[in-house]
Amino acid sequence: MQYLEQILFVIVLGLAIFILVKKIKKIRRNIFLGKAEKINDNKSTRWKMMGKVALGQSKMVVRPVAGFFHILIYVGFILINIEVLEILIDGIFGTHRVLSFMGPVYDIAIGFFEILAVLVFIACVVFLARRFIAKIPRFHSKEMKGWATQDATYILLIEIVLMVALLKMNAVDQVLQEKGADHYIAAGSFPVSQYLTGFFNGFEVSTLIVFERIFWWFHILGILFFMNYVPYSKHLHIFLAFPNTWYSRLQPAGEFANMPEITNEVNLMLDPSKADPNMPPPEKFGVSDVTDLSWTSILGAYSCTECGRCTSSCPANITGKKLSPRKIMMDTRARAEELGNAKEEHGSDYHDGKSLHDMISQEELLACTTCNACVDACPININPLEIIFGMRQYQTLEKSAMPSEWAMMNSNIENNQAPWQFSPSDRANWTKDV
Amino acid sequence: MSEPIHVPTVAELVAKGEKPDVLFWVGCAGSFDERAQKITKAFVKILDNVGVNYAILGTEESCTGDPAKRAGNEFLFQMQAMANIATLNAYEITKIVTTCPHCFNTIKNEYPSLGGEYEVIHHTQLLQELIDEGKLTFGSDPFKGRKITYHDSCYLGRANGVYDAPRRILEALDAELVEMKRCRKNGLCCGAGGAQMFKEAEAGEKEINIERTEEAISTGASIISANCPFCTTMIGDGIKHANKEGEVEVLDLAELVAQAKDL
Repeated sequence: MQYLEQILFVIVLGLAIFILVKKIKKIRRNIFLGKAEKINDNKSTRWKMMGKVALGQSKMVVRPVAGFFHILIYVGFILINIEVLEILIDGIFGTHRVLSFMGPVYDIAIGFFEILAVLVFIACVVFLARRFIAKIPRFHSKEMKGWATQDATYILLIEIVLMVALLKMNAVDQVLQEKGADHYIAAGSFPVSQYLTGFFNGFEVSTLIVFERIFWWFHILGILFFMNYVPYSKHLHIFLAFPNTWYSRLQPAGEFANMPEITNEVNLMLDPSKADPNMPPPEKFGVSDVTDLSWTSILGAYSCTECGRCTSSCPANITGKKLSPRKIMMDTRARAEELGNAKEEHGSDYHDGKSLHDMISQEELLACTTCNACVDACPININPLEIIFGMRQYQTLEKSAMPSEWAMMNSNIENNQAPWQFSPSDRANWTKDV
Repeated sequence: MSEPIHVPTVAELVAKGEKPDVLFWVGCAGSFDERAQKITKAFVKILDNVGVNYAILGTEESCTGDPAKRAGNEFLFQMQAMANIATLNAYEITKIVTTCPHCFNTIKNEYPSLGGEYEVIHHTQLLQELIDEGKLTFGSDPFKGRKITYHDSCYLGRANGVYDAPRRILEALDAELVEMKRCRKNGLCCGAGGAQMFKEAEAGEKEINIERTEEAISTGASIISANCPFCTTMIGDGIKHANKEGEVEVLDLAELVAQAKDL
């Protein structure tokens, strides 16, 4: 019977890991649909950035309430996972509380995890309340309707259930320890679950063992399920926040990259000696699909947890325009998934004929003031502006789609060397009466 | 009024066998826009008063290409950039000061990879340096106790991390700085950046400059200080919209300094 349980556990664990790895490979493939770009400069700055922003949560605490409760969940998640390690060993080898040989250290750790579990529970309840009772506006924008809000709710509920299962498991284990049941060695301290034992005291040891096994299995199956849910969810940020901050843009935020293919064209016109005559003319200027984005932009899209700090600090969005930087990231992820799946079905050279512009309208792109507020607000350094700007370049350069005022502005710059229709010879007229 | 000031051009200095220590890049707004010309003139008066060896390009200056680039026209941007770089390099310019954070950002960050490498500073940084070096001093303190708020432009603030130099000038003017809730890294855009200055805004509930100006007015300050000719225009329009002309005014830091020195 005992071996049966172990065998079952190994099978379930193996299956969970197999499904997870398969999904991770797909996400990796979708991220690298983006343009190859080698980023390995300034390594020490990058490690520091990751340490400060992802590990150290430095940008989360800019908004102190959300920041505080997020740190509770974050620390809880990392530390409680140490206990999962024990659960895995116990499951495979049929042991019980295998790490209890550490004695007092173990007791303190288990007690600490229980307190963390309560804090995580409270933080999840607070987060649900912020969403559904306080109705913080950024959680109720248009793009949050449907799956986005369901996803957020599932994550919080799953975490609450997992924490309750952990505490219940400890409660029943404690009763078994007190009754001196075989196999259930006295180990751990239970500052929280000691108050949850009441229900279990009246049962026989054999019944209690069934309870304990149910909670144990429920807890680990819950974790394995959650592990496989995460890659389909916005919750992927718990892992991708780390690479995403490591690959952050380190240039000044105001520096928009110069397109080298255009530099060559301009050189051919102005100073052919500087141009490379063998450089083929580019197929396309700007971004029409995810394949034209840098892979780091798609990584950003998969890292986004849809918190909406970008959108709530966007001047266009604040004043009621259609643009929402969060939606840009959500659309980018959805499009990468769509194209990735299409390529999987029809081969890697296949293109489904759709583009990112089918999801993101010109009206959204035009509303951006390039102010960098969204970039600065993102707790994990995602950059929606790069995507918006690349798509705007495509509209202007490939489609000549722009407001007539911009067409006028461009022709003024071309003809009068200023965005307004003034004569260039009048440029220094102001000096006459200083 | 004092004697009229002669604003030297680089060509003029070169003809005399001289060179400016710093080139004042005036920018299109500063050259042509009536409101922005006041900022340009105030800054030139300060340069002249302190005795900085500066010059302008005059009619040899041309749009940096910033609005074209932000509107997605990379081709036109690079044409402009290369032409300007050719002029600047021909005159062997090494240091540039601008009164426009858009020109500042473009020349500082986007010209180097096209062959234009210069030391570029914003005029608020130069003013702060002059104050620190004791070259720019204020005798009387005309702004003592005056409530002044400060609007961070996106291209000086978030884009380039310059938050303190403008505030240090206000400190030197002895003004009482009252910050808006959205300041420094959280500063709210005036609505003009990204070539928005040159087109109507998309449909929405409100204009961005009105949102920002209301915030500035709500601080109770009688002066909204700024560092960008476009922000100055946008906030000026916001003040008109709020019917607060005469009570609240928007002034560039160069204008404040020139006023304090009675220039």
